Amino acid sequence: MNNVKPTDLRDPEYFHKVVDCQYACPAHTPVPEYIRLIAQERYDDAYMVNWESNVFPGILGRTCDRPCEPACRRGRVEEEPVAICRLKRVAADNKGSITDRLPSIPRQKNGKRIALIGGGPASLTVARDLAPLGYQLDLYDSQPAGGGFMRSQIPSFRLPPEVLDEEVDYVLNMGIQSHFDTYVESLKSIIDKGYDAIFVGTGAPRGSDLDLPGRQECEKQIHVGIEWLGSVAFEHIQKVGKRVLVLGGGNTAMDCCRTARRLGGEDVKVVVRSEFARMKASPWEIEDAQEEDIPILNNHVPKEFVHEDGKLTGMRFDKVDVVYDSAGKRNLVPTGEEIFFAADEVLIAIGQDNAFPWIERDLGIEFGKWDMPQVDKRTFQSSNPKVFFGGDAAFGPENIITAVAHGHQAAVSIDLFLSGKSTHKRPAPGVNLISQKMGVHEWSYDNLVTVDLREKVPHVDKVTALKDRKVEVELGFDINAAYREAERCLNCDVQTVFDGAKCIECDGCTDICPTDCINFIDNADEDALRRTLRAPANDTTQDLYVSEALVQTQRVMVKDENVCLHCGLCAERCPTGAWDMQRFLYSVTKAG
Amino acid sequence: MTYAKPAFRHPDSKTNEVGCTRRDYEGGLSTLCAGCGHDSISAAIIDACFELSIEPHRVAKLSGIGCSSKTPAYFLSGSHSFNSVHGRMPSVATGANVANRDLIYIGVSGDGDTASIGMGQFAHVMRRNLNMTYIVENNGCYGLTKGQDSATMDTDSVSKKGDINPYMPIDLVRLGIEVGATFVGRSFSGDKAQLVPLIKAAISHRGFALLDVISPCVTFNNHQGSTKSYANFREHNEAMPVDFVPRREAITTSYDAGMVQEVCLHDGSVLRLQKVNNEYNIEDAQSALDAIAHHSKQDRILTGLLYINRDSEELHDVLQTASKPLNTMSQRDLCPGSRFLDSINAGLR
Repeated sequence: MNNVKPTDLRDPEYFHKVVDCQYACPAHTPVPEYIRLIAQERYDDAYMVNWESNVFPGILGRTCDRPCEPACRRGRVEEEPVAICRLKRVAADNKGSITDRLPSIPRQKNGKRIALIGGGPASLTVARDLAPLGYQLDLYDSQPAGGGFMRSQIPSFRLPPEVLDEEVDYVLNMGIQSHFDTYVESLKSIIDKGYDAIFVGTGAPRGSDLDLPGRQECEKQIHVGIEWLGSVAFEHIQKVGKRVLVLGGGNTAMDCCRTARRLGGEDVKVVVRSEFARMKASPWEIEDAQEEDIPILNNHVPKEFVHEDGKLTGMRFDKVDVVYDSAGKRNLVPTGEEIFFAADEVLIAIGQDNAFPWIERDLGIEFGKWDMPQVDKRTFQSSNPKVFFGGDAAFGPENIITAVAHGHQAAVSIDLFLSGKSTHKRPAPGVNLISQKMGVHEWSYDNLVTVDLREKVPHVDKVTALKDRKVEVELGFDINAAYREAERCLNCDVQTVFDGAKCIECDGCTDICPTDCINFIDNADEDALRRTLRAPANDTTQDLYVSEALVQTQRVMVKDENVCLHCGLCAERCPTGAWDMQRFLYSVTKAG
Repeated sequence: MTYAKPAFRHPDSKTNEVGCTRRDYEGGLSTLCAGCGHDSISAAIIDACFELSIEPHRVAKLSGIGCSSKTPAYFLSGSHSFNSVHGRMPSVATGANVANRDLIYIGVSGDGDTASIGMGQFAHVMRRNLNMTYIVENNGCYGLTKGQDSATMDTDSVSKKGDINPYMPIDLVRLGIEVGATFVGRSFSGDKAQLVPLIKAAISHRGFALLDVISPCVTFNNHQGSTKSYANFREHNEAMPVDFVPRREAITTSYDAGMVQEVCLHDGSVLRLQKVNNEYNIEDAQSALDAIAHHSKQDRILTGLLYINRDSEELHDVLQTASKPLNTMSQRDLCPGSRFLDSINAGLR
């Protein structure tokens, strides 16, 4: 039998993992830290904690894919997670001027020049991290303004241009040389300009098309979703037909159908191949579309574009059943039923791909499967050591927060590379662990955990919203709702830290723990331990905190981190201070 | 400042046969010192009642005065409760039990409430074999009044102030066996593996069940030199494991044959005991007293189920009371009128 080894608290990743939201965030934003600041009405501070970590708090507070929320511990002990994303927006909405808190940019440059190709979140993050270090940065983008897909793909009713401009400008105003309306046709031409390093953050710009009968004939009434959204954003398109079909079940499809509703679409339908449960769009985006009277029709496989006299009249679909075979493989089996939907225009939003026609294949950059560049997952360096990739350009379509995370890491690599150091020897993350005890029954954080249901974000009324595509639909939390929502946070970053040498094994902590997390038992192998705990620890993605053998009985303390409420009662009930609540601040390695 | 227990419970927490979770057996948040053994005993009572699937309203919890006697506020908030005068819990329990024999009576007392001011009542309630569980939370000191030595404090144990106790201790289990308790156990607040099955057995026992539970006082009696500190008690504890097997379950644990004694209780549940040696017969009072004394001489404290008498008559049997609780009888049965009274009086003339 292999006894479990004591937990190594010197490994910063142990406590990091306990902060589920922060751990799930690609950029590892210290979520509980800024939520506490929001509760204290310290919006500037909350904003800066975010800005340091994710560069675009106002943008992300409206548009983030929120990988943090499904991870939120509140969702495991109550029904719904904390509305982390919309709290972030509260910080952005209520802050004052923060320009005096932005890093100063050295007038004297360090002599190294870096080209950033693409003006989206990945490139802007690299710029944000490297400009304060004295690098000279040139940014190239084909669009007339910065922001990349955040500008062209996300409709104004979800992300007002002022919010986007403000946060893009914080970066561009750091002395970045921007070259807008400049499509880079050749990477070689950039290399030839003598840059010391080049960062490619060009996204996944090619929308998938649907080659079905009739596609050619009705060219004018059929559009690729992301291109169409871009044209709307830059006001090349201002109208759409009354009857619109949107094909696809992702977030782009949701943005397309809602935009269509605002440009004159009265009968807008989303038609999806797969069943509802497998749609890729975020649940809240689907909900918002449905609220705007847009039906979502699942299990319809597109068959042909129907046209008369060269004019689209609609589309034909095969209705299918989803059948899982004995091997668990999913098959779409036609029911034999054929369905026709009349339409004036069709928007195709069935996916997007990377495309690098502008990168010559003799520059030392190796390309692999699906014609994707081979990029190191940790350093973001390509096989040409001067060329780095990040965002959707590196590993395919993801989301903004992932692009930001890539940008931070690429910036670290570029800085190491240009300082003549190995990009693989990366500096350790910043870690801080401080006791929160203020006195008897007194903690520096609000440790009372109560059952409070998730607050709903108010929306502007539908008539107003549908009249103008620039009217933002979500109004954001007001300060009181924000406070109530912030108070739902369990403060998972305030860690339960156990010092076995002080423990007298009185069982006080075991007895008081509301969620039966704490055990004093004989050590065993991990499977056996997990089974024999007071409440079996069935979620193996959640760690067990195991102490050294204790003095009096040689048993070990085993805490299942899974549903710990961080209420601090174990520490309250501990007569010797063997338990303490300590705030754990983890900051990702940054360039410089 | 926040000091309250969140209402959340473990999402996978089990429910018992009456549909309650363990948390449904809790009471208010304890105001005893952090680390007090009494809180562990409360938790053990909660575990026992949960595991026995007792409906909380079928329990009456009673206590006297002292730190121990505060604890009924901290468990089974859905039960009947009576916090009586100092040392007088046995009389109240007797009255309640005689009136309603269908409830489960759990008395909680301390070493002061039992072995000093309540000694008289304590001895008599055992003598009468009242059907109840009587738990003494024994910490050897008066914690509520700054930790003076109590009557159960061992000779030569050092108080927090540094004084050495010159007096003989009262050993509650030996007293219990002597005066007629029919179920006598000793345990330790820090050993729930033993304490919880013992409480379950005590509740299942028909007759007076005494549990003397050593429960360290973290504030006044947990220092070096004290015989009732966590560390010292653990060092000298000679624990005999106890398994409580409810009637419905098959017996699965296995011990060395010979050292194991199985005891079937009135309700059909079975107690499996691992004894310190073969000669010890826990159904024999003298054998039990010998074993306790023998270990005591060697500076060991024997814990577990020490003595049981399964063939005793409890108080209702002796008094030949009605088989139903008084509150289920009609007024006519309870107060049959002056003609009956006259006939009773005539019988006494």
